[in-house]
Amino acid sequence: MAKKAVEAPQADYAQKYGFRDSEKPLFRGRPGLSPEVVKEISWMKEEPAWMRDLRLRALEVFRKKPMPTWGGDLSGINFDEIYYYVKPTDRQARNWDNVPQYIKRTFDKLGIPQAEREFLAGVGAQYDSEVVYHNLREELAKQGVLFLDTDSALREHPELFQEYFGTVVPLADNKFAALNSAVWSGGSFIYIPEGVRVDVPLQAYFRINAEKLGQFERTLIIAERGSYLHYVEGCTAPIYSADSLHAAVVEVIIKPGARVRYTTIQNWSTNVYNLVTKRAVAYQDSIVEWVDGNLGSKVNMKYPAVFLMEPGAHGEMLSLAFAGKGQHQDAGAKMVHVAPHTSSVVVSKSISKDGGRSSYRGLVKAYPGSVGAKASVRCDALVLDDDSRSDTYPYMEIEEEQVSISHEATVSKIAAEQLFYLMSRGLSETEAATLIVSGFIEPVVKELPMEYAVELNRLIQFQMEGAVG
Amino acid sequence: MPKSLFVIEDLHVSVEGKEILKGVNLTVERGEVHALMGPNGSGKSTLAHTLLGDPRFQLTQGRVLLKGEDVLSLPPDERARRGMFLAFQYPVEIPGVKVRHFLRMAVKASKGEEPSVTEFRKRLFEKMALLEMNRSFSERYVNEGFSGGEKKRNEILQLAMLEPEMAVLDEADSGLDIDALRAVANGINKLTGPTMGMLLITHYQRILNYIDPHFVHVLFDGRIVRSGGMELAQELEAKGYEWIAGEAVA
Repeated sequence: MAKKAVEAPQADYAQKYGFRDSEKPLFRGRPGLSPEVVKEISWMKEEPAWMRDLRLRALEVFRKKPMPTWGGDLSGINFDEIYYYVKPTDRQARNWDNVPQYIKRTFDKLGIPQAEREFLAGVGAQYDSEVVYHNLREELAKQGVLFLDTDSALREHPELFQEYFGTVVPLADNKFAALNSAVWSGGSFIYIPEGVRVDVPLQAYFRINAEKLGQFERTLIIAERGSYLHYVEGCTAPIYSADSLHAAVVEVIIKPGARVRYTTIQNWSTNVYNLVTKRAVAYQDSIVEWVDGNLGSKVNMKYPAVFLMEPGAHGEMLSLAFAGKGQHQDAGAKMVHVAPHTSSVVVSKSISKDGGRSSYRGLVKAYPGSVGAKASVRCDALVLDDDSRSDTYPYMEIEEEQVSISHEATVSKIAAEQLFYLMSRGLSETEAATLIVSGFIEPVVKELPMEYAVELNRLIQFQMEGAVG
Repeated sequence: MPKSLFVIEDLHVSVEGKEILKGVNLTVERGEVHALMGPNGSGKSTLAHTLLGDPRFQLTQGRVLLKGEDVLSLPPDERARRGMFLAFQYPVEIPGVKVRHFLRMAVKASKGEEPSVTEFRKRLFEKMALLEMNRSFSERYVNEGFSGGEKKRNEILQLAMLEPEMAVLDEADSGLDIDALRAVANGINKLTGPTMGMLLITHYQRILNYIDPHFVHVLFDGRIVRSGGMELAQELEAKGYEWIAGEAVA
């Protein structure tokens, strides 16, 4: 029986995603953070004064707020060594041929242009601090759909931008949201007009290339009444000895009757701190679904939230985390029931292996008056060896009596009986363990578009190769 | 003389220091169906699991030869690839893994062939029809929420798909109602043939109303104490295992 050539997940990551371009960027400022650096970013982007002032205010907040003392170990981040803005090129292309060769090569290797041709309605590609490519199918543009990078949105749609920017995640929300607000660059801006359904996913791909880079994209999605959107994002980075930082902020506004599904396949290299604030506000009878796959990064802290503001709003979170060697996945969800008759579902699946640590950290909050609210949380952890660890931190703040809240958590290992059963059918130990893991995450994977499901299963397979048992 | 398909020689097996099998000897040739009967605790399941290499059981002595080669040092997957199969008495749940996906992986892993999706589907549905199984069954998760009868039928479906040379069936009949028993037994009958050897392990004689074994053996206290034909099974049914117990002591 032919054995796969790949021995260790890191070896494969290096080959498939871990490559780097040595081209000099167009602009790279000094490392470290100061009002001057922030002003310089704003100046280079030719922003209006209000945005520059907002950035400076955010910097102040960032400096004042202490580092979080919970979650992952962030002591390895040295804010003075990070480059906060690296501009790879001075123009953004709508055609891949116009993207600088070395950058296009990167995205070709990652399969982005091909995916766009085959199954996407629009694509944005961010390389370090700037979006280098953006395109949307013409028929969607004609229906009034906006899909562009957030910097361009500030220039081209200032009223819309100013109406919503920072309304879901205020700049002082938390230390890393403040940092993002101070130095944000790139990200996706999406506007779906009333009643428009975007049936094919829009995708953004985030690539960190430069060493010690901080990537701070800012995404803002507005779904008007009765509209539908599925947005997908993916991310990878080269493997450097020095760590990088990714601190994004995502704001999603879902108007009555609209439905938004936001899917993330986070596959940063294991030297990236991923500290992301994602939040949605859902109005009457709307549906928000976060599908969050966390495979990469060194320390990941991410708890996408849904604020259920009006009756009938429904929030869902399908979370998947894989913590391998040296990784800490601290992930979860927040469901905040503000209005009566709102509902939420959280399903979290985590896998720890080779000394990795995964934690589910989540909050269900029911405000007084959220009568008839329903929330269910289910966390399943699979721990593959004795060196690995799994924890669950389910916080409940229930201030209304007439609500129905349920929480279930399981921690399991691969049973010897399962391995023997599968091996008696000819599967090797690794194949057997991989099949068990793929079954474990099936409830999340089956919600992904086919192409992503295949990719995710492949990534898990690479993670599983090598040391088992 | 050609080598025998399957030979068990003086097999001794312990579990947690306690000897369960105390010298089992048995030879199965191609085309033969051997029924192995025995009371609870006689070592039937230990034997079945040991033959496929379940790591819970410690082998202390003996050999198991498949086509002349000792397989006891091989891991379970290698034994499967060489043509062995075990239908489990208690099939294990694999949540989230669909029957058809599992079967496709098993066929690929044990037979080394990778049929096209269409070809595989065709073959799967043929075998399911043979076993009177609904096609939708292939979309369910392996053994999850299956009734006792469904679990056993799923084991026989795997037997049908994997086409082993030497099949060990561990209590394929236990816990089945009469209709399920008939369906499982009919399925087994359709699958046996001139090239396959089968060891049919059972507590009760009733499955032998449907399947006609060439040989019947009685396992008692870790040893095969009697061997014969169908008449032995009938005698057991009439007299009960007490009869054997009395003889063994004497």
